Amino acid sequence: MSRKMKDAVAYTAIYFAASYSVLLLVGILVYVFSKGFPVLSLPFFTTVSSVVKGTVGIAGNIINTVYIVTLTLVAAVPAGVGAAIWLNEYAPPGRWVKLIEFATETLAGIPSIVFGLFGMVFFGTTLGFGYSILTGALTLSLMILPLITRNTQAALRAVPDSYRNGALGMGATRWHMIRTVLLPSAMPGIATGILLAVGRIVGESAALLFTAGSGYLLPESGSDFFHKVMESGGTLTIQMYLSMARAEYDVAFGIAAVLLSMVLAFNFLLKVLIRGRFIKE
Amino acid sequence: MTGKKRYIAGITVLVLFVGLLMRFHDEAGRLHRTPVLLPAKTVVMAGSTSMEKFANMLAERYREVDPGMTVTAEFTGSSAGVQAVLVGRADIGISSRTLTAAEKASGAVAYVIALDGIAVITDVDNPVMTMTLKQLTDIYTGQIRNWKELGGKEKPIVVVGREAGSGTRSAFEELLDIRDQCLYANELDSEGAVLARVAATPGAVGYVSFGILDDTVHALSLDGVKATEEKVKAGRYPLCRPFLMITKGELEGQHRQVQEIFAYLQTEEGRELLRSAGLIVPDRS
Amino acid sequence: MDISFQQAAYSRSQGRRSLSLTEKRNRTQRIETMAESIFTLCAFLAVFAVGAITLYMVANGVPVIYRLGVREILFSSAWKPVAADPSYGILYVILTSVTGTVLAVALGVPVALLTAVFLAEIAPRPLAALVRPAVELLAGIPSVVYGLLGMLVLNPLMYRLEQVVFHGSRTHQFTGGANLLSAVLVLVVMILPTVISVSETALRAVPDQLRVSSMALGASRIQTIFQVVLPAARPGITTAVVLGVGRAVGEAMAINLVSGGSVNVPLPFSSVRFLTTAIVSEMGYAEGVHRQVLFTIGLVLFGFIMLVNILLHKIMRGEDG
Repeated sequence: MSRKMKDAVAYTAIYFAASYSVLLLVGILVYVFSKGFPVLSLPFFTTVSSVVKGTVGIAGNIINTVYIVTLTLVAAVPAGVGAAIWLNEYAPPGRWVKLIEFATETLAGIPSIVFGLFGMVFFGTTLGFGYSILTGALTLSLMILPLITRNTQAALRAVPDSYRNGALGMGATRWHMIRTVLLPSAMPGIATGILLAVGRIVGESAALLFTAGSGYLLPESGSDFFHKVMESGGTLTIQMYLSMARAEYDVAFGIAAVLLSMVLAFNFLLKVLIRGRFIKE
Repeated sequence: MTGKKRYIAGITVLVLFVGLLMRFHDEAGRLHRTPVLLPAKTVVMAGSTSMEKFANMLAERYREVDPGMTVTAEFTGSSAGVQAVLVGRADIGISSRTLTAAEKASGAVAYVIALDGIAVITDVDNPVMTMTLKQLTDIYTGQIRNWKELGGKEKPIVVVGREAGSGTRSAFEELLDIRDQCLYANELDSEGAVLARVAATPGAVGYVSFGILDDTVHALSLDGVKATEEKVKAGRYPLCRPFLMITKGELEGQHRQVQEIFAYLQTEEGRELLRSAGLIVPDRS
Repeated sequence: MDISFQQAAYSRSQGRRSLSLTEKRNRTQRIETMAESIFTLCAFLAVFAVGAITLYMVANGVPVIYRLGVREILFSSAWKPVAADPSYGILYVILTSVTGTVLAVALGVPVALLTAVFLAEIAPRPLAALVRPAVELLAGIPSVVYGLLGMLVLNPLMYRLEQVVFHGSRTHQFTGGANLLSAVLVLVVMILPTVISVSETALRAVPDQLRVSSMALGASRIQTIFQVVLPAARPGITTAVVLGVGRAVGEAMAINLVSGGSVNVPLPFSSVRFLTTAIVSEMGYAEGVHRQVLFTIGLVLFGFIMLVNILLHKIMRGEDG
């Protein structure tokens, strides 16, 4: 083959490969939305499924998703940000930092089904939380910890040293400096981590199947927050999996359309956030 | 931090950590831990996916019957349901198979609530409407592999079943006396998945409980007996099993809410609920 | 001791105002120490988590290996966990995960690499602006959605292919399209985004000098890319591939309903069960030894992942040095 020919073949292959991802995405979006949008209606969002009446609705799953996202973030964000602060601001460089960074990397690489197993045994059985939103949220908080830590770390690293020295030079204590100077400047980075984490939580299924379970009812008017978190609760994604396993494809596609819309929205927000950060710098 | 402080902090953390992990065993049954934080007014049911419709209906209906009480249900399979009851994670287990000796020994007590038939299903385009139990056995053990041999079209048979541990599967295999001899092409982990796969795959055969049957599939007659509720009640339909609710220890020892549920299922309203969930309620004797 | 005594004496002589000053300083000091302790604790949380997960996986997965023997579990192919005479061989399950991962990487990495080359080297800006978000969005789609599409779109297509390939076969067990190949194709899609984005970063990190020199020597763009840039980015690309392996080994929900679910030798048109799908589909239902062996499967999976992680760590450290 002549060199020209080879180049042409290579170009073709490259363009072909690149168009593959795009076509695949377009195909998925068109297929899911065209099947899913007809299912969407107001009652679909505002009621819960009733086996007695034979109607479907995902209000309960939406509430569960909100609960799990909130609880997970409440547990993971302070811990992740705290870890990043220690790694970046306090830790003497050396063995400990390496160990923690290795652990964080490892945690990021563990598949969600393993988190699910661990969460089921540790939070569910050992700590006695059973199948509950709490168990699910605690399990997920371990899973997203690396996301928060790494994004915060990156953000902290981007804060120029002059800020730190300036604040410390004016007599601020370290904690004061972190609170008033570092964290505000690192906010966009932390927000990026949170947004990525929310996306991950919303799409998660394997880690929740054996931890948060599959309940789909709305919290009762009389029941308190505490009661709800100790009950099982299936997120949208779990409900979608259960629906497809039960051959209720229209429901599955309806939820899939909702999930994909959320994914699109998250990506858009992320873009805005990242662009904002670049302009600031 | 000074070196000494760091040392102390390290030890404290280590002790905490080890303390937390002391009970790391999942040996279900050894860990008698009720979810202590759960308010007593919640009744947790866990078990067979075949009973999903029933349990969800019960949970929903109970919000009207007794608004002060919540019934939640998890469908993790019969065995896990019994296990959950034994470790105290659930109050009522729902099982579509009889208890094993080990489960009884650990204190599980079973109550028959209804009967359930297992339907053998094909996709709607399949002309084969009936088969003998022998033929069914041969299909599932891999001796008949084409519908032609049953007088149908020239089409390979896709043998669909449930995964190991499923109550429906063990009941099906036991009733046909082909325990562990089945050659499945698909092992799916829920009744709905079997239904879906059979409905969508030309030439597939599968088994599901009567409760979940719909018009996306055909239920075959076995040995000339139609798959209907009447035939099950009359004891004629060959693939039929009891549907059990399980408690840890006798019913009398359960807390009030659990007893209430059992009592409710004895009422005409409760029996109607079982029926509308597709289960077969024996006539009162 | 000494100091605090002096301080006490000092403040006594100075009256209330200086007392509060000292107190304030003490409080600030306390807050500082507390903040640092809390941050330290947070930082070590990841270590504890990994430690705890390892401990739990080992504690729940190992005892049954001792009880039944390594051969009985890891090197036996008979998976009959609920039989009257049960056997718990997970050899085929392990082989399936290995084969599936290797196939998915073999099919997915070339596509991913070419896409990365496109994005980093030859795409005009507007085209890159179309492809890159598409890749990012693919990464964000929940695996359950891939599973749904695999089941409804891919499986029927595969069944047609299967009927053509095994037309008239008496020995082949027809799977209705739910087989290893379907699962591999889904896995390929799942690993694409990771491999693309990491390799793109690696390609971009190659200094322009190399490209310029290569072109100056008369090499074409394509020759430069394939013979200069790609080799130079090798460590980064290896990282991408290893990450892809990790992703493929660990994926569960997307392939659970697509792969058929029977324990078989991993052949392209056989219904198979992966390490992950074995856990997903049976954990809910298992009891006793069966359940413990499922934890052993989890442990094997965890072992593979730790291997991948350590490999990654090694590569990255090699890159640094």
